[in-house]
Amino acid sequence: MTDMTMAKPNMAEPTRRDILYVATAAVGVVGVASVIWPLIDQMNPDLSTLALSKTEIDLKPIAPGQNIVVKWQGKPVFVRNRPPKMVEEVRAVPMSELIDPETDQARVKVANWLIVVGVCTHLGCTPNVGGDYDGWLCPCHGSQYDASGRVRHGPAPLNLLVPTYEFKTPTSVVVG
Amino acid sequence: MSGPSTYVPKSAIGKWFEQRLPIGGLIHSSFVVFPNPRNLNYFWTFGAILAFMLVAQIATGVALAMHYIPDARFAFNSVENIMRDVNYGWLLRYLHANGATMFFLAVYIHMLRGLYYGSYKAPREVLWILGVIIFLLMMATAFMGYVLPWGQMSFWGATVITNLFSAIPLVGNFITTWLWGGFSVGDPTLNRFFALHYLLPFMIAGVVILHIWALHVPGSNNPAGVEPKTSKDTLPFHPYFTIKDTFAVVCFAIFFAWFVFFVPNYFGHADNYNPANPLVTPQEIVPEWYFLPYYAILRSTPNILFIPAKLAGVLAMFGSIAVFAFLPWLDTSKVRSGSYRPVFRVFFWVFVLCGIGLGYIGSQPVTEGTILAGRILLLGYFAFFLIVLPLLGLLETPLQVPASIADAVLGAHGSTAMLKGASAEPSVKG
Repeated sequence: MTDMTMAKPNMAEPTRRDILYVATAAVGVVGVASVIWPLIDQMNPDLSTLALSKTEIDLKPIAPGQNIVVKWQGKPVFVRNRPPKMVEEVRAVPMSELIDPETDQARVKVANWLIVVGVCTHLGCTPNVGGDYDGWLCPCHGSQYDASGRVRHGPAPLNLLVPTYEFKTPTSVVVG
Repeated sequence: MSGPSTYVPKSAIGKWFEQRLPIGGLIHSSFVVFPNPRNLNYFWTFGAILAFMLVAQIATGVALAMHYIPDARFAFNSVENIMRDVNYGWLLRYLHANGATMFFLAVYIHMLRGLYYGSYKAPREVLWILGVIIFLLMMATAFMGYVLPWGQMSFWGATVITNLFSAIPLVGNFITTWLWGGFSVGDPTLNRFFALHYLLPFMIAGVVILHIWALHVPGSNNPAGVEPKTSKDTLPFHPYFTIKDTFAVVCFAIFFAWFVFFVPNYFGHADNYNPANPLVTPQEIVPEWYFLPYYAILRSTPNILFIPAKLAGVLAMFGSIAVFAFLPWLDTSKVRSGSYRPVFRVFFWVFVLCGIGLGYIGSQPVTEGTILAGRILLLGYFAFFLIVLPLLGLLETPLQVPASIADAVLGAHGSTAMLKGASAEPSVKG
């Protein structure tokens, strides 16, 4: 109230106009705040998008050494049936060689099945099978991933994301 | 905008209207009698060319929007429908797509002209910053427009650029999900990009009005870089500059039309005639040519101290544009025009070559060599703004600046007063 009494030095008591002024400002601020959030939040994923959050994958047709790409939440998921030799090799890599150190054991639930989100952790391209590490090569900026989906060559900073998944049966997995 | 108008309508209706809405006086004082420096060269016509391009893009864009469907299932086919079935749809789309290229070509020339002739110096700092804002809005508009045909380049370009925001610590992933309206680029993303692509040009038009308003306070800079002092230094806007601007716009339109009619896909990418496929990234993602230097900066930036390369690249890319807004304070020289700054002139062209070099690097696949070259050019780009311009003002000995525009045009005949290293506007600086 000090600034208002300063504006009208002769009036020590607040007037009806002062009360109207403060009340209008208070209701106005609350009103604006209450519509800003809906305006922002409407851009977040809607219910129909959220409803598509789980995908079931049949593993039977995937032969050892084969990769498949499955769409989950609009993103590609790589599923690879790794032969035992590939698993051995990828587990023999010392942690000191890794950009984002993580053991292969921590990234898979069943040794031969690698399931990772096929989105490059640099800027979101889908890597292709290739590169120097038995894994994937991103065509956008040259990042390389190994047979565990771990980043081995920049500019990507992190390993390919492991989605949450569960084996319903030994040959069927639910991602999401 | 140049003081009280002397405009007197001739007709009774004109007088009646003018008393109620004095728009005739505004136009008269801004675009008829407005005094322009008499020595403006053709680089000063790019403002008019840009105004023409904005109107052309809005006109063709509104027409295209009548036939385009912003839905991931139909977008690609609706564009093909425009190309094959809509009356003159091929023309409208090629005008609009090549128009974006022409718009950027013109804006780069316009910006480099401002850089060379020191148009950002006092008292034109706000004018310059409004221009930087227009440039940013143009980039956002062009990026979202390129997504709309929903081809492979559209989709993956959108993926890469929206993923830039994931580099922001802590909230990055929430921001990308919010931008996408999903967990990846998809139908909601396309729909909102269309809404914003339609909105932003009108915001550009609004800032352009402020840009012209800010221009008409001090008036145009000129190749000599000295302010008009007497009426000998200026000519009225009409007919001298209306005809010059119109002539330049027509020449530019012919150049533009050549691309539209003879090589309409020259600036496009063949991959964008494949429908978007979220599971397959094209072998090589290349942005439109006007984004190539920024793309090269994004890819070339290494880890900087504790900042990882991804975030550093994003910061460097935005910084490379933001640095333009600080130009009025980074350039310490009091001489405006590069014509009287022999050392600056050399660095100016080195800077232009750095920009072109970065553009070339941005168009090439990533190898050790391109990354190294990109880093060197990146250093050159930033060194120009952050090291060369601040130091040059202190170290360089400028040439003699003409005492007036009339002197610069007519030689020193009739006036021998030459001021050595005369400052542009010393009383306004600081």
